Amino acid sequence: MAETKLLTEFYHLPEFQTLAGYKAKGGYETLPKALKLQPQQIIDEVKASGLRGRGGAGFPTGMKWGFLPKNGEPRYLLCNADEGEPGTFKDRMMMERAPHQLIEGMIISAFAIGSNKGYIYVRGEYVYPIECLNKAIKEAYAAGLLGKNILGSGFDFDLDVYRGAGAYICGEETGMISSLEGLKGQPKLKPPFPAVQGYLRKPTIVNNVETLAAVTYIIRDGAQAYRKNGTEKSAGTKLFSLSGNVMTPGNFEVPLGYPLMDLIMKEGGGMKPGRKLKAVIPGGSSAPVLTADEVAKANLDYESLAGLGTMLGSGAVIVIDDSQCMVDMLGVLTHFYAHESCGQCTPCREGTGWLNKILHSILEGRGRLQDIDLLIKVADNMKGKTICALSDAAALPVLSFVTKFRDEFEFYVREGRSKVKGTTYAEMHH
Amino acid sequence: MFQLSEQGLAEVKKELARYEAKDSAIIPSLYIAQKENNGFITPEMITYLSKVMDIPEARINEVFKFYTMFNQKPVGKYHVQVCTNISCALEGGREMASHICHELGVKYGEVTSDGRFTVSKVECLGSCGTAPMMQVNDTYHEKLTPESAMNLLRGMK
Repeated sequence: MAETKLLTEFYHLPEFQTLAGYKAKGGYETLPKALKLQPQQIIDEVKASGLRGRGGAGFPTGMKWGFLPKNGEPRYLLCNADEGEPGTFKDRMMMERAPHQLIEGMIISAFAIGSNKGYIYVRGEYVYPIECLNKAIKEAYAAGLLGKNILGSGFDFDLDVYRGAGAYICGEETGMISSLEGLKGQPKLKPPFPAVQGYLRKPTIVNNVETLAAVTYIIRDGAQAYRKNGTEKSAGTKLFSLSGNVMTPGNFEVPLGYPLMDLIMKEGGGMKPGRKLKAVIPGGSSAPVLTADEVAKANLDYESLAGLGTMLGSGAVIVIDDSQCMVDMLGVLTHFYAHESCGQCTPCREGTGWLNKILHSILEGRGRLQDIDLLIKVADNMKGKTICALSDAAALPVLSFVTKFRDEFEFYVREGRSKVKGTTYAEMHH
Repeated sequence: MFQLSEQGLAEVKKELARYEAKDSAIIPSLYIAQKENNGFITPEMITYLSKVMDIPEARINEVFKFYTMFNQKPVGKYHVQVCTNISCALEGGREMASHICHELGVKYGEVTSDGRFTVSKVECLGSCGTAPMMQVNDTYHEKLTPESAMNLLRGMK
């Protein structure tokens, strides 16, 4: 097997970024066909394709669309382009290289769900992707592809970009809605789910960049063509962001079910000279880590990774080689989650800070052996006890790192230095 | 007393008219104000925006304090933000951040004596496949080494 480029076939062409370049490769040919269908036909096709949300949660897209109330209320389509999960950089590439692909997918999706207004919520640091999107939206309006009576269909759709301002939690869909409403980006209690009560308390669908881009392909070639890729339960292709200690990191589109080891060794060019694979975080920083032995058994689909006690998440594969200290790496992650907790729920606000303090006291040579079990206890008490999943996201790496690499943690506590590096934290980084 | 330029004020008013909820204009307006005040926001600017936007000061202030891209103290002409999250850390991002601070003679968050640089350690910037990296103002610089990063900064006048 190798890369299967359903979405990314023309990403190497600089002109694919423009309306003319996108059209030259068949772009916007699906839109007029879609606008002649009944919205329910599009929803049914997306359901039949088995497309699952590509932002991290993996919820079936067609089913999510089906939760909208059928009362004729105005509804919104929000594209989640916040992309804050460490290790993930696929949406950025999609917005930079193929903004019209996202726009076409959004128009078709908006038509399907009966929305006349959409927003693309982009993380604030992504200044260049925002420029690319704004330019493409301007081109689309000028060509009659956005706005009133699109292509004479009678369907109206306005699209705008909203720039976030630096908060990981805004990648959580209700946090994103809060932010778009001009509030602190704090998540909201569910239910009601956004499909029933979202942006401005109106029905709202939130989909990831990659999910919306895939809709065009599904309507163009049909659900069955999409299902030819991937597995029975994990259909289609997926973009995987490969980073860390590999020779050639990057974004790679492969069919779901692709062997994780192949992604690392073939697409990623393998390990660096003289280094061995030690561990992999397979789905963004919040996914439980896999040991090298587990990596050999893992396929990149929702079920295979769940079977190994981890998750596909956003498709961010972070490779760790044998030169790395797992205590140090977990310290990076606990610092991140403590920094990014929105502070709304006590178990998360206090728990993330506590985990980070314990980790750094170990790293600074002040750890006690009982601190290792305390890490597990605190993390256990954070899971499933908060409004959103950030608390779980902070707890899961702690539990997996400590359980699978406990010898490194015990060595660090006893010796006050890293088992792998042979040095203290201060010597490593200052 | 802080005041937006004529153009800045027009931009804020445009943002206010743009959204169905007026509060949605807070983040865009904070960006406009920050740009006009050399990269940071003061309490008196919040008071000013509150009057211009007819939104309570506390509402604007809570948004301002929540998001990391709004600076609460002065920054240099070039804000150097080095990613130190996991993918960059695996490829030497933290060492690069330390090197930059050492070479510029500042601690994180400090402004260099010539007012040109502020160095910050930041969380993931979505550049993991091209690590290590830094963002200088709005521009990403990727696949760096401590030396190439410093060469880039030395070229910024």
